[in-house]
Amino acid sequence: MNYMDYLKTQKFPLFWCGGCGNGAVLGAIVRSFAALDYTLENTVVVTGIGCWGKADDYLTTNSFHGTHGRALAFATGIKLANPKLRVIALMGDGDGVTIGGNHFIHAARRNVDVTAILVNNFNYGMTGGQYSGTTPENSLTSTSRYGHIEAGFDICKLAEAAGAPFVARTATDNPPAMEKLISEGLDKKGFSFIEVIAPCPTHFGRNNGMRQAAELMQWVKDKSVSVAKAKTMSPEELHDKLIMGKLVDVDGEDYGSKYLRVIASASSGNEE
Amino acid sequence: MKQIIFGMGNEAITEGALAAGARFYAGYPITPSSEIAELSSIRLPRLGGMYVQMEDEIGSIAAIIGASVAGVKSYTATSGPGFSLMQENLGVAVMGEIPCVIINVQRSGPSTGLATKPAQGDVMQAQWGTHGDHGIIALSPSSVQECYDLTVRAFNLAERYRTPVILLADEIVGHMREGYQIRELLPHDIIDRKKPTCPPRDYQPYDFSGEEDEIAPLAPYGSEYITRINGSGHDESGDACGRPDNAAKFNSHYLNKFRINQKDIIETKSFDLDDAEYAIITFGCSVRSSKAALKLARQKGIKAGLLQLVTIWPFPKEQVREVCSRVKGVVVPEMNLGQILGEVSKTNPGQIPIVGVNRVDGQMITPYEILARLEEVAK
Repeated sequence: MNYMDYLKTQKFPLFWCGGCGNGAVLGAIVRSFAALDYTLENTVVVTGIGCWGKADDYLTTNSFHGTHGRALAFATGIKLANPKLRVIALMGDGDGVTIGGNHFIHAARRNVDVTAILVNNFNYGMTGGQYSGTTPENSLTSTSRYGHIEAGFDICKLAEAAGAPFVARTATDNPPAMEKLISEGLDKKGFSFIEVIAPCPTHFGRNNGMRQAAELMQWVKDKSVSVAKAKTMSPEELHDKLIMGKLVDVDGEDYGSKYLRVIASASSGNEE
Repeated sequence: MKQIIFGMGNEAITEGALAAGARFYAGYPITPSSEIAELSSIRLPRLGGMYVQMEDEIGSIAAIIGASVAGVKSYTATSGPGFSLMQENLGVAVMGEIPCVIINVQRSGPSTGLATKPAQGDVMQAQWGTHGDHGIIALSPSSVQECYDLTVRAFNLAERYRTPVILLADEIVGHMREGYQIRELLPHDIIDRKKPTCPPRDYQPYDFSGEEDEIAPLAPYGSEYITRINGSGHDESGDACGRPDNAAKFNSHYLNKFRINQKDIIETKSFDLDDAEYAIITFGCSVRSSKAALKLARQKGIKAGLLQLVTIWPFPKEQVREVCSRVKGVVVPEMNLGQILGEVSKTNPGQIPIVGVNRVDGQMITPYEILARLEEVAK
């Protein structure tokens, strides 16, 4: 299939603001779907609520648009009930790791075979630019006008600590790298997590002296270090940096596969 | 062969779910519902089904909703605090029109309340706990046999009307042990959701035009159809839609579909009502003391009858109104401070006394308390 076949072009133009990174992420996802021969019938895109949660509006696959923060819990039920489905959860930073943090860590720990693609723009865009769980300390948002006093999550560390077998961070300023990591994550058996850093010039940028998307992308670039370079840096040097690339890629049996053994044990009367 | 089993209400609920064809359970342990989780975790994998223990009740109901759209009949069990957490995604099942069964083995509230004590305080929450206008189905068992039968019925109603169904049990019926029969279900006793028959490109998961019962067919994920489920305002296709006429149509539909089909949904049971001058109207565990009170009242010469509300929501208005129209007084025993009493009163033209017998101390209402109230009303 051509990547355009996954897009509801009749719904264009995208409703996202000029300079928003969501369109670029959506492009990388549908190109990955095409490269991996995903069928519309066997693909389910589960979205949360927020700007990025609107992504399903533009997709022709099966979809589930649920509640704020709960995408992974819905995705868990979908995947476990029908393992042949390709299940992808699209979440924002407020969605996926602030209100939805509990589902996030447990989906990673449980190693459910879904791919979570979290777009992190460091604030709640849809509701007007309030601070989220990933907003960097000292930054300005519409609810931290005196400077944000909380530290933001390092989501990839969180995913790794929770046991996710595939963890990667990428950004919209490097589309080929983004697409490659998304494709790898989609193809990985087990819980795979890709964080995409994306600009929100309308809110986070404007509030922090970066009205242009290019300025925000430069800000991200300046904070970015590769996985290889990070290995040569001290924790102090890595403070406030974003380590880009594949952070975790290990093998581990996913929940659905393990459960087949439970079914086998139960059927042969081996409980206890 | 009719095999009578001596068992607990929570066991009968689990047996009912399995008999109805449920093969997916997601839940979070909570007293007094945990036996349902435990038994499901043992029984489901033997049937090729799945038990998942989620991180909380928000995730539990989300997982069963997801599993249901993937084509597997799904259920969860909880009690007050967990039911409160489920209200958010209960709304997704309402608006997304997803069949699923939520068992609430009620305990004393609010908050953590008295965790091991019974109550019937979640009646209004079952209908109105999730925000916005909508209908819902809630059934309330009063015996272990009804735990089995009504669980089967809950799945059938969920499938037929594409809706979450709440089995509003309580700690008394959930933990009580008595004889019950695992009724053999024939194929026609089990209802599965309507499947689309149109060409795949014409399928719209929310298009109920041309459906007499206002229920659109639902294709599972992974079929030849594309299924787009949406808990936000959506049109027939499942695409987000904010048009006022569309919102008015669907928001009305979430209530209308229950009104149109209420004859099939509503079930009540009548005891000694034919010649009754006074009526007891009640549900769930309170039916049991009411039946004893009825006997005592008749012995004392009070012509009492009993209307058991098996379906709580949609509220059996017609049945209640009919009883109220021909008796001189009504007593409504319930382990809350008058939630059903208010609904009964609404149907009453206002000429007869309608009074409650209420306890919120975690103790069952006794037959003598009900009898005393009947005597007052009959004075």
